[in-house]
Amino acid sequence: MLHFQKWKVILVGAIVFAGFIFAAPNLIPSSALQGLPSWVPQKQVNLGLDLQGGAHLLYRIDEAELVDDWLGTIRGDIRETLRSNRIGYVDLNKNTTARAVSVRIRKPEDVDKAFTDLKKIAAPVGNDVFGGFAGNDIEVTKSGDKITLTATELGLNDRISSAIQASIETIRRRVDAFGTTEPSIQREGRDRILVQVPGVSDVQRLKGLIGETGKLEFKLVDASANAGEVALSKKVPPGSELLYSEDEPPVPYVLKDRVMVSGENLVDSQPGFDSRTGEPVVNFRFDAAGAKRFGRATQDNVGLPFAIVLDNKVISAPVIREPILGGTGQISGNFSVQEANDLSVLLRSGALPAKLSVIEERTVGASLGADSIESGKKAAIFGMILVVAFMFVAYGLFGAFANMALLVNVALIFAVLSLMGATLTLPGIAGIVLVIGIAVDANVLINERIREEMRSGKSPIAAVDSGYSRALVTIIDSNVTTLIAVLVLFWLGSGPVRGFAVTLTIGILASMFTAVTVTRMLVAGWLRWKRPKELPL
Amino acid sequence: MFRGITFIPPDTKIDFVGQRAITWFVSAFLTVVPLVLVATVGLNMGIDFQGGTLIEVKTKENPAQLADIRGKISGLGLGEVQIQEFGAPDEVLIRIASQPTEEEQQASIAKVKEALGDSVTYRRTEIVGPTISSELIAGGTLAVVVAMIGIMIYVWFRFEWQFAVAAIASLVHDVTATIGLYALLQLEFNVSSIAAILTIIGYSLNDKVVIFDRIRENLRKYKRMPLVELLDRSINEMLSRAVLTHVTTLLAMLPFLFFGGEAIYGFAVAMCFGIVVGAYSSIFVASPMQLILGVQREAFSGSTSPAKGKSEAAASA
Repeated sequence: MLHFQKWKVILVGAIVFAGFIFAAPNLIPSSALQGLPSWVPQKQVNLGLDLQGGAHLLYRIDEAELVDDWLGTIRGDIRETLRSNRIGYVDLNKNTTARAVSVRIRKPEDVDKAFTDLKKIAAPVGNDVFGGFAGNDIEVTKSGDKITLTATELGLNDRISSAIQASIETIRRRVDAFGTTEPSIQREGRDRILVQVPGVSDVQRLKGLIGETGKLEFKLVDASANAGEVALSKKVPPGSELLYSEDEPPVPYVLKDRVMVSGENLVDSQPGFDSRTGEPVVNFRFDAAGAKRFGRATQDNVGLPFAIVLDNKVISAPVIREPILGGTGQISGNFSVQEANDLSVLLRSGALPAKLSVIEERTVGASLGADSIESGKKAAIFGMILVVAFMFVAYGLFGAFANMALLVNVALIFAVLSLMGATLTLPGIAGIVLVIGIAVDANVLINERIREEMRSGKSPIAAVDSGYSRALVTIIDSNVTTLIAVLVLFWLGSGPVRGFAVTLTIGILASMFTAVTVTRMLVAGWLRWKRPKELPL
Repeated sequence: MFRGITFIPPDTKIDFVGQRAITWFVSAFLTVVPLVLVATVGLNMGIDFQGGTLIEVKTKENPAQLADIRGKISGLGLGEVQIQEFGAPDEVLIRIASQPTEEEQQASIAKVKEALGDSVTYRRTEIVGPTISSELIAGGTLAVVVAMIGIMIYVWFRFEWQFAVAAIASLVHDVTATIGLYALLQLEFNVSSIAAILTIIGYSLNDKVVIFDRIRENLRKYKRMPLVELLDRSINEMLSRAVLTHVTTLLAMLPFLFFGGEAIYGFAVAMCFGIVVGAYSSIFVASPMQLILGVQREAFSGSTSPAKGKSEAAASA
């Protein structure tokens, strides 16, 4: 009991020392840290959104829209395939609920040929565990003269995955343009994206920027129709569509269905000011193909209006004064400077593959975060003082040993949190305090056991020895049960609650080291030094 | 040298289990009344589990004109709206019922912000859509059940099945009592309440395991002692430890009640209550349950003698 091997003492000392060193940066303001040389540990604990303020936005991608788009593509492919093979067909239909497109072949003798050709539309999806062939994205079946192409679960998952990936890239470009530090954008589950942006104040604007699909289209205005009448009668001429502007009240426009050029051909867009009016505008540039198409379309329609459409809303509908051949253009629409800026970001970042909707939002203002830090700190310090005082009153010197170990425990929690880059939340602070309670419990168990052993007449050294070894089993048993509950919490929770589980787990594990090993060394050192006839317990 | 104060004298002999006629009644009361409360008064479900919108604002005028705010918001046609003071006289919590779709939910926030304009600053906004709230209910329930089963398996593995059953019974008691407190005080029941319940489960069990450990030890030591006497002896031996450890944890948590702020108040109340209830159920539920379940002494009278206590873990496994 009294003699620890030298390497053990050195190891424990090193861990304790490292704990204090790596926890120390949290006591220094980050501005002062930057002035220190690079070999000094500088990692601080990350504060959760509830403590530093920020936005937590959980988006879900619109699966129905993805399916619908896909079925549209499949229908186009079928049409193309049958036409190029000169196979006559009727009843080319999309069935969204069945996730299928079906077609009937006119001549019975063509059915087999059509079936073989249409099978080529299906593409393999290689996403099983080994990256090998797992199945096709489309299943092709035939019954009589009817051929059905059904989107498979595998194919759908693959589509969702790539749509999510593309969305994440797009959102990242948009949020980066917002100029905040360390946003986190990640996939959650099958069809969700979690966006966490610390320190953001204008959440409404952030949401506007992320959630906008950003589908830009240039379309000709249908000059043959009177938009006002069409809006009233709802009789839209074939080949055209009725769209509205974002004005209040909305202005109706009848536009040709066909897209002159779309945002996919855009290579750049920047906010700027109109050279004549000084009004904020967005300047854009097309790639070569886009410039060619835009040039041809404007050449053929000089004197006619066209519309710039964003997410099916007309931004502006200028008249083509002269052919625009250079591939650059300007969008004006009574923007404020900020609106022009956001629109250019939106266009530059590309469109989202499908609509995203917010299914959960949690936003904390910076002032509330600061208040929470203050109150959490205050409560934690008070709690710690009360526990330390009580332990000393209850156990005297042995209580003081426990208190020293407690200090090491708290330092270790902060050191591990800092090194892991884990996040400290307000419930996390409560978790640390709970650990303080649980950690001294181990010492209560040990000290009570030592008292019992003393009463049964054992010598100080023997009492301490069996006190520690007997209490150890109990301490492990009781901590394991707490850990089981906390691990479940970690698995269940997100955000603040997970922060609680993290500090509690780290704290309990650290407490087994500090409350048992560290105090034991302190007690042993003291016993060797004083050689007391009886224990002050 | 200062030895510390012995709060509970070592020769304390209270016949806890002897009073079981009374304490069974109390325990039953603590289990049944919460259920009745939940059924009649109901829980104050937060938006985590109900869906909806929650906005915390600080008003420019102090104190806040609640009636004025209510007037501005109730005219927006957003369904049920709750407006209450929150923590300080110039802080107001606005709760709006769940809207049929996620888009409308987003629109509701914009409407409120428009109606309140510059008269307030926004401290916190939470929107939970219907998808998420039903997932949180399922997840929360599952978590509590999984934690209980996990703990039961562990206790069964380390002790005997009787201890596992007693542990679960007393945990159910603790959980229902805590939920009852939520109903009684109409504290908001949300994800952090589940966190509180899970923590109480873990912490309360911690205590039961310590007493079980002593019961097991004494079963080996005193082979002929009547069970009631043996249980009382075990509890009394661990009483000092039980009281002290609960006091320290309570001391650590209490400041959160007073200084922790509104955000963590409900959690702190539940934790403090849970610590006390857990202490009660260790003594008055978990231990006397051994009488009913009939602990098998034979299970402990095996190879090891009490003098070689170090190998007790191996013997019981």
